[in-house]
Amino acid sequence: MELLLATAVGVLTASGIYLILRKRTFPVILGLSQLTYAVNVFLFASGRLAVNAPPVLNKYADVAYTDPLPQALVLTAIVISFGMTAVIVMLALAAYLSSRSDRIDMGPAPGDDA
Amino acid sequence: MIDHWIVAPVVLPAILAPFIIMVIRFHLDLQRIFSIAGTAALLVIGLVLLVQVSDGTIKTYELGNWPAPFGIVLVLDRLSALMVALTGALALPVLLYAVGSGWDRRGRHFHALFQFQLMGVTGAFLTGDAFNLFVFFEVLLIASYGLMTHGGGKLRLKAGVQYVVYNLLGSTLFLFALGTIYAVTGTLNMADLAQRVAELPADDSALIRVGAVLLLLVFAIKAAVLPLHFWLPDSYANAPLPVAALFAIMTKVGAYAILRMYTLVFDPDLELTAGLVGDWLLPAALLTLAAGSVGVLGAHRIGRLMAFAAIASTGTLLIAISLFTQQASAAAVYYIVHSTLATGAVFLIADMVMERRGGQIIAQPPMPQTGLIASLYFAGAIAMAGMPPLSGFVGKLLVMDAARDGGDYALVWSVILASSLIAIVGFARAGSVLFWQSHDRDHLEEPEEPDEDDEPVAEPAPEPNSALAFSGVFLLLAALIALTVLAGPAMRFAEATAAQLFTPAEYIGAVLGEGSE
Repeated sequence: MELLLATAVGVLTASGIYLILRKRTFPVILGLSQLTYAVNVFLFASGRLAVNAPPVLNKYADVAYTDPLPQALVLTAIVISFGMTAVIVMLALAAYLSSRSDRIDMGPAPGDDA
Repeated sequence: MIDHWIVAPVVLPAILAPFIIMVIRFHLDLQRIFSIAGTAALLVIGLVLLVQVSDGTIKTYELGNWPAPFGIVLVLDRLSALMVALTGALALPVLLYAVGSGWDRRGRHFHALFQFQLMGVTGAFLTGDAFNLFVFFEVLLIASYGLMTHGGGKLRLKAGVQYVVYNLLGSTLFLFALGTIYAVTGTLNMADLAQRVAELPADDSALIRVGAVLLLLVFAIKAAVLPLHFWLPDSYANAPLPVAALFAIMTKVGAYAILRMYTLVFDPDLELTAGLVGDWLLPAALLTLAAGSVGVLGAHRIGRLMAFAAIASTGTLLIAISLFTQQASAAAVYYIVHSTLATGAVFLIADMVMERRGGQIIAQPPMPQTGLIASLYFAGAIAMAGMPPLSGFVGKLLVMDAARDGGDYALVWSVILASSLIAIVGFARAGSVLFWQSHDRDHLEEPEEPDEDDEPVAEPAPEPNSALAFSGVFLLLAALIALTVLAGPAMRFAEATAAQLFTPAEYIGAVLGEGSE
């Protein structure tokens, strides 16, 4: 379980970093979303892994429970990264439509070499 | 009742912004009135809060009345109150300028985004919870994405994509850092973190050290420290320059977070994370200062010139922070005020130049009001380069004085002095080309290519409201002069702030004690 999760985070992060080093916007955005998946899974793991355990304390019995806080954190992170991905897709589209080029770098514009 | 004022700097813009979007979307005049009134109210609230905590009390505000380590808590101490007041003091002149110069008319929702930005900034300064800090970072970033691309244009949109990508990466890194820290300590409340980190066994430090370094990287991205500064010149130079002036407070959010987290949670005496921050931050800060100054010398467009000046200014600030002594932190507090106001002022002045004659630093025919703008530029350049008589000089002197006790003061002094000289030469070169060669008809050059993006819609001459625009710049310069004249009281306050920062027990006691008093 731990091995699987750690591998998943590692693979997602690695492929995300590879993709954001590309020079077109679309792979970069894909890479960013892979990175956010990786961080979401990672946040889950930060509260320790517990399978089939409810995120509530039971004061009548000594049963296993899972930490509820990382779940709240992940929820916040998912909402934010989802919204951000939408924003950057729109922005990238606008940039592409106005300049007819989807390169991520600014490119050599005259007078811009400082 | 009085305690609720702590949350007011966050709630006020948070209510105002949706109101502007939903109710008065089609009434630009009403938007302007409400936006200016709200920002002025923010400044007043900030000053009131500053007076309230100037005797050294630390106030807390528990959101939803949840007790401290479980709920989110806002903390008002000298530093956060100062930063909130500073936000208001920067935002009001910038907003006056944006209204006066007509920038807010060139795209939609300028005022709503402006208020959301203020909400994020003040929230980031006030919060006492690390995850809440992340959320407020996101609020201010989301608003800044909108403001950054305000008015549109090819280059601006491309720079906007870059800016968003870079900051999304920063946010992901922030989450990784928080996850690591939570996995080790089981809390994200800053005061609680400080206690738990101090209790961690010293031989099992790998994970918390990783978390601390990741967190430092995040804040360094926000503050534009050298190896992570690449986003800043393109973003600031291609953003609308009044927006770049507001962004002057955003790099300070990163500097503030470093100052807060690395005195409170990972304090410099802590054996567990010793040698992590100071050893790395000081060389990076020196390089930042050097690179910024060289950029000032080499810039071809006035927007980039000011962007590099902002980087140099951040470098000086981070030198003071990275020394992590009480005296140096006092200097940092003084310099943070100066640097924010001065950076805001020079970006506004740069926008005046750019509006009238385009952004390239080449000789062109004289522009309207060239004398007045030239003298404003002169004052702004003096402030940014740190020459007497303005507060930049006092600030640099304080930073250098604080560095005197350290081991490598020779290096710090020579970098600060040399880069000041380079910055002066850079500003003088740009200023003489912009304002003097325009009178010399033999030297006039044609622009290399027309600035098709900088002038979106047919804009009437900036005359109608230019008094309002100038008043924004004058307000910022007046604040700088006040900071110089009142350097003594300001410095006493800065020293008290630093003393408070270096006794984290007070902060922890105020948050985790019996809660709200």
